[in-house]
Amino acid sequence: MSIYSEAQAKAILDKVIKLSKADECTATLEGSVAGNIRYALNSVSTSGIVSNCELAVQVAFGKKVGTATINEFDDAALARVVKRAEDLAKLAPDNPEFMPAIGKQDYPATPTYVAATAGITPEYRAQVAADSIVPSKAGKLVAAGFFSDAVRFSALANSKGNFGYQQSTNVDFTCTVRTEDARGSGWVARNVADVSQFNAKSEIQTAIAKAQQSVDAKALEPGKYTVILEPAASAGLISFMMQGFDARSADEGRSFLTKKGGGNRLGEKLFDDKVTLFSDPAYPGAAVLPWDNDGVKREKQAIITNGKVDSLQYSRYWAKAKKTQAIGQPGNLIMVGGSKSTMDLVKSTKKGILVTRTWYIRSVDPQTVLLTGLTRDGTFYIEDGEIKYPIKNFRWNESPVIMLNNVDELGKPERVGDDESPFIMLIPPMKIREFTFTSLSDAV
Amino acid sequence: MDRRDFLKRTSTSVGALMLPVYGHAVAAEVLASPADKALRKSLADVALNAATKAGATYADARIGRYLRQFVITRETRVENVVNTESTGIGIRVIVNGTWGFAATSDLSPDAVAKAAQQAAAIAKANSKFQSAPVQLAPTKGVGEVSWATPIKKNAMEVPVKEKVDLLMAVNNAALKAGADYVNSVMFLVNEQKYFASTDNSYIDQDIHRIWTPMQVTAIDKKSGKFRTRSELSAPMGMGYEYLDAKPSGKLKLPGGVIGYTDSYDMVADAVAAAKQARAKLTARSVKPGKYDLVLDPSHLWLTIHESVGHPLELDRVLGYEANYAGTSFATLDKWKSKDFKYGSPTVTLFADKQQPNTLGAVGYDDEGIATQRWDLVKDGILVNYQAIRDQAHIIGAKASQGCCYADSWQSVQFQRMANVSLAPGKARLTVDEMIKDVENGIYIVGDGSFSIDQQRYNAQFGGQLFYEIKNGKITEQIEDVAYQIRTPEFWGACSAICDERDYRFGGSFFDGKGQPSQVSAVSHGSSTARFNGINVINTARSLG
Repeated sequence: MSIYSEAQAKAILDKVIKLSKADECTATLEGSVAGNIRYALNSVSTSGIVSNCELAVQVAFGKKVGTATINEFDDAALARVVKRAEDLAKLAPDNPEFMPAIGKQDYPATPTYVAATAGITPEYRAQVAADSIVPSKAGKLVAAGFFSDAVRFSALANSKGNFGYQQSTNVDFTCTVRTEDARGSGWVARNVADVSQFNAKSEIQTAIAKAQQSVDAKALEPGKYTVILEPAASAGLISFMMQGFDARSADEGRSFLTKKGGGNRLGEKLFDDKVTLFSDPAYPGAAVLPWDNDGVKREKQAIITNGKVDSLQYSRYWAKAKKTQAIGQPGNLIMVGGSKSTMDLVKSTKKGILVTRTWYIRSVDPQTVLLTGLTRDGTFYIEDGEIKYPIKNFRWNESPVIMLNNVDELGKPERVGDDESPFIMLIPPMKIREFTFTSLSDAV
Repeated sequence: MDRRDFLKRTSTSVGALMLPVYGHAVAAEVLASPADKALRKSLADVALNAATKAGATYADARIGRYLRQFVITRETRVENVVNTESTGIGIRVIVNGTWGFAATSDLSPDAVAKAAQQAAAIAKANSKFQSAPVQLAPTKGVGEVSWATPIKKNAMEVPVKEKVDLLMAVNNAALKAGADYVNSVMFLVNEQKYFASTDNSYIDQDIHRIWTPMQVTAIDKKSGKFRTRSELSAPMGMGYEYLDAKPSGKLKLPGGVIGYTDSYDMVADAVAAAKQARAKLTARSVKPGKYDLVLDPSHLWLTIHESVGHPLELDRVLGYEANYAGTSFATLDKWKSKDFKYGSPTVTLFADKQQPNTLGAVGYDDEGIATQRWDLVKDGILVNYQAIRDQAHIIGAKASQGCCYADSWQSVQFQRMANVSLAPGKARLTVDEMIKDVENGIYIVGDGSFSIDQQRYNAQFGGQLFYEIKNGKITEQIEDVAYQIRTPEFWGACSAICDERDYRFGGSFFDGKGQPSQVSAVSHGSSTARFNGINVINTARSLG
């Protein structure tokens, strides 16, 4: 049993707060039941269920802070974890950037919990594997995939009377389908809160079609091309760029949002007019907890509006230092798009490349957010609005900042999570000019 | 999780709450006490007996106690000190020729027996989907044995104050030498692992690792430019003695660079880092083209890791990692041909889980197999892979090579990378002598950006320090360098390797693999090596 009710969670957290003799105490309690099934070579390889619950206690004596965690919750264990945190705090030097515990917050509930997802059974997971394996085998293809689901609760409380509790659910599915001769490879991913919106049987057809269609890939010369990036292909680049929106990094001179001569570039227009990004904890289909890791309340927040930088992320300490207000760090990222599908964007393209996904993305130069990575599992040449033939994978070197200045058209946003991004995103398929491919890869 | 994520996580002021979950946090004194061996043996027997009774034809139990300590600092302050402990038992069984696994943190005999039964039940359920029964390579039980990392100073017993004082000295030295910012971290690991199997093995191991990552930043406010330089040390399978800063651990390298062997002077490296980060701000941007690269071991380890270590993991070759890390270009037909040229005849790459001071050094792997050394690429030809007990038969081997590892008691063990290293050159050759022969080259020190495709063909690597070589001499520090390779061509272009006097290790504390993802720690040794005619790109961009 690791999903506590609100009353059970509150009882544990109240005990912890009461046990602490420190100047202040903050405690978080999080529990989850996570199930998964993994398969490869058309056969199930592992499956399991992990239940866990973790209590973290942070206490402060003056500006000395200590933290301890535990996953036992009887009275003796609670006393032990509080004492350990207090012992560590007493040993710690003063933290000059110490921030006192937050005051009482008002957290409006966000729609993060779906009962259908919480009710997933081992049989359901086995069926997802079967729904991937059976059609793959029939098509002389080889499936390897991973389906994971979780129901979790999060609760927090502190000695200033703050308290929050909420449950959430999540489903993530990825499957790679390869031809038996390993000349073709396709992939599909789906991330949802509500499992009733997921259908493995139909999703797998995307991976199967891409595997079959990607055989006999031709080599194109590396260079600058117009690309249609499916949502999973651009999510990794955009989430990387968001690191640069930390106000302190920008003010300290180590972000692409640093201003020459000092300060940051808040308020400047740095992207194409079509680029609008915001965060909203209650957004339908992409809801997240109404508080951030510090317990600060999340709010709807414009980040980029019509290409202009609208906000940077301030930690509580940096907000105080810069005399501004810290609001909750975003838990999701929503990019405004249009109504067209990926294939609609293909139809309006004279010459270009369709990219299913990007892979092994790493920073090359944080100054310009130059990233490198590769295309994978379905890369196709487009001519006169049609997919003409599969092409060999490319290595690319591109900055999302440059990419978001070269936007031709945006399609209908889709939810992307887990594998492709550290937070939930709604990202449209994009048509981008002059995307930079620097070499060919022989990998299929 | 990779290193970038780790450093990002550790730079928060409430680091502990943000840190990845490694188990319970405990008071420092708890970290030094050894767990009771007799109790662990009796608990393991409870697990093995319950599994056998539930129909298992094979079972193993791993009772693990994983201790970790982080000391996290930036500039003149400590951001956090975190101690964690995680204890529990993982039980793996074969029923109906199929694996099953279950784990529990409850170490009462009843809970352990129940977990063993659960593992057997999962095996039975999964056997419906099994296409071929598990074939375990036979192994003789080793009885009751033990192994410990040969440390001189247990880092868990060193007072926190001493660690904080060292990191503060490091940060102050960097700031004094011109750094604008500095982050430094001490990361200590002690795995106390007890393994038992129905093959009559009872193996007690005490494993220690240490890593001190650092990032020094220099800023030019006027131009808005910033550059960083990370540590030139390596994570090691050593105790706190690694930080003793013995003069014998220093190597004078070309370009005025100081490299480190088995003893690290973190303060001196911080001073050098500050100066070199500052120099990067005004260093000339590289002209793209073909260069002969001279790669220092502090850099080459990562290229070995990505382009040799991973593609020669047998589970990747077979397709078990197809949906996540990927497959491999080094397919079984290439190995069977006995003439697939992985590299030039100069190149011998070997796996070794016994090399002292390495992250992967253990006496026995996580399925009770004694560790060993074997060649992967011999004189340029692909000759072997890295395998575990249930894979050995696929490559015609009679026994496992001992590559099995789980990152926790609650994770199922699977095939992980051994220490994979480049054999030093047989002829005497120093780095200075190597550079004397290079007409148009770049000398690269330290690891930087890295990316490789899912079959390990096309890779791109950056670095920490780049020096232009013209007509046998280093001319100046340069910037914006990355090189792109196709794996067999790259190793085929290896024309010289310095001798064993230059042999050093690099390594990864967080090599990720599997779904759900597990981490492992692995070292890669080499001497400085030369690669001819490699494609170098310029990574400078303008955001307008």
